[in-house]
Amino acid sequence: MQTLQQQWFGNIRGDILSGIVVALALIPEAIAFSIIAGVDPMVGLYASFSIAVIIAFVGGRPGMISAATGAMALVMVDLVADHGLHYLLAATILTGIIQVILGVSGIARLMRFIPNAVMIGFVNALAILIFMAQVPHFLGEGWLTYVFIGVTLLIVYTLPRFFKAIPAPLIAIILLTAAAFLFNIELKTIGDLGTITQSLPSFLLPDVPFNLETLQIILPYALALSVVGLLESLLTAQIVDDMTDTKSDKNREARGQGIANFVNGFFGGMAGCAMIGQSVINVKSGGRGRLSTLVAGVFLMFLIIVLGDLVIDIPMPVLIGIMVMVSIGTFDWGSFKYLVTAPRADALVMFVTVAIVVWTDNLAIGVVAGVVLSALFFVGSISKLKIKKRDGVYLIEGPLFFASTQKFVQTLEMAEEDHVIIDLTSSHLWDESSVGALVRVTAKLQQQGKSVEVRGLNPASSALFDKLNG
Amino acid sequence: MYQHIILAADGSENAVRAAEEAVKIATYTEGSKIEVVMVADFNKATADRLHTQSEDSLLLERQRKIANVEHVLEGAGVPYTVTVLKGDPGPEIVRYVNDSRADLVVIGSRGLNSLQEMMLGSVSHKVMKRVKCPALIVK
Repeated sequence: MQTLQQQWFGNIRGDILSGIVVALALIPEAIAFSIIAGVDPMVGLYASFSIAVIIAFVGGRPGMISAATGAMALVMVDLVADHGLHYLLAATILTGIIQVILGVSGIARLMRFIPNAVMIGFVNALAILIFMAQVPHFLGEGWLTYVFIGVTLLIVYTLPRFFKAIPAPLIAIILLTAAAFLFNIELKTIGDLGTITQSLPSFLLPDVPFNLETLQIILPYALALSVVGLLESLLTAQIVDDMTDTKSDKNREARGQGIANFVNGFFGGMAGCAMIGQSVINVKSGGRGRLSTLVAGVFLMFLIIVLGDLVIDIPMPVLIGIMVMVSIGTFDWGSFKYLVTAPRADALVMFVTVAIVVWTDNLAIGVVAGVVLSALFFVGSISKLKIKKRDGVYLIEGPLFFASTQKFVQTLEMAEEDHVIIDLTSSHLWDESSVGALVRVTAKLQQQGKSVEVRGLNPASSALFDKLNG
Repeated sequence: MYQHIILAADGSENAVRAAEEAVKIATYTEGSKIEVVMVADFNKATADRLHTQSEDSLLLERQRKIANVEHVLEGAGVPYTVTVLKGDPGPEIVRYVNDSRADLVVIGSRGLNSLQEMMLGSVSHKVMKRVKCPALIVK
């Protein structure tokens, strides 16, 4: 791993330039994700500033961008709708505490347990939910809304082919906001959905009663936010690791996400996490170090303080167009092929993860269900035991454990030879059930007056057998 | 002559044809070596990661991608090495070729029509324009 000095100052020019590009690309997203969550745009902008700045110092993956995200916004919708902003801030602080605890206890190892089928399901569900969150904003808003969305999409998809210095979404915003002004077009603007405050975030305690009832309200959300935030952050860290051919400290990143959310909650920001899209933009723009993340956060705040007045005039359809782009970019388009070519169990896990998220509107539930389902499939697949019978020798192929002993016992109990040889060369005793099954079969056969010989136990299995069988 | 030949490969059929031409040149030159260069495209980084279970399986996946080219080189008995780069394929190949002062770069062309070339961008075209050494484009 690089030294701290390299992580900060190893790529100064590239980091400053890419940080600026990311800040420009972050603004529309931070605002749009605030609108998804149902809070003022400032809540997402403050979050993006605070999280980016803090994670630059405490994160474990230099060059990764963390801010207010769609995944987190989608989790908090009901909390905001039912209880308001201050409960969200309290939940954000609690999320930070939970993430720090998880980071300290080494959550990164657990990531290995999450199969990629669940990850694919996660990003697809995220994309679908982000898109669905836009629908109420454009349905029945008149044909001009559709025109603006269409032109936005046209700009963000074709412009980058010719001009890459400034993020296309920002150009779309500038051009179309100007167009709406010039032609006096009446469209819903960001100002209709909230306010922009041209000031730095300040410290505040969430205005909630400090009692058990509050905890009961925020805990389920904080847990879901913790899971979703760490999942997306650690996935993003892996992608950045791969792109930059460097390693990262995933547990430090988990703790860093926690610290960032904890502090962010006291400064009026909504819970956030690492962003796949923005981190990829950062690396592509030449960002590699911690400085890029810091610059992204600081420059974002600078822009808001300077340009806040103009931001409220951005027409909503432009923001919707950008969110449609985010949704299309988030969706894993290789999934359709995956559904056909992947092993059936994996394809099903991916599909179920998406279906459960879309059905429950909760990313965390979908992920947990996907992991449980794939774990069951895994147990199912490795519990398939093959028993070959050759000249009175029963050759057992496959591991023996609680899920696979049944077939073993059934087959062996039916043995008709006088001298039964059980060959475990290609097997392994994993648990008490397997040792018990072997003891039971031996006893039963001996009861019938047969002799039993067990051969080929590997050392670990022998040791387990001796230990459990006294 | 051409001692250090860089062969850009992406797993496609065009890369195999390029490999066949690279072999011809390498076998005519005493002591020449082929370096197979593959660029893991930044634009596919997320999808690549999502569709593999671990960084180890991703490594394997990428190695499998250039197996077709390696097959040609092994068959011809030409000494070669493999380098995997990360980035935007066109510029990254150009940067690497110029930095490593290769004697020749060999690359396959996808044969795009002009519309596709405008939308997708031709990697071989970019490479040919910007490398500082001779380039062989194989159709």
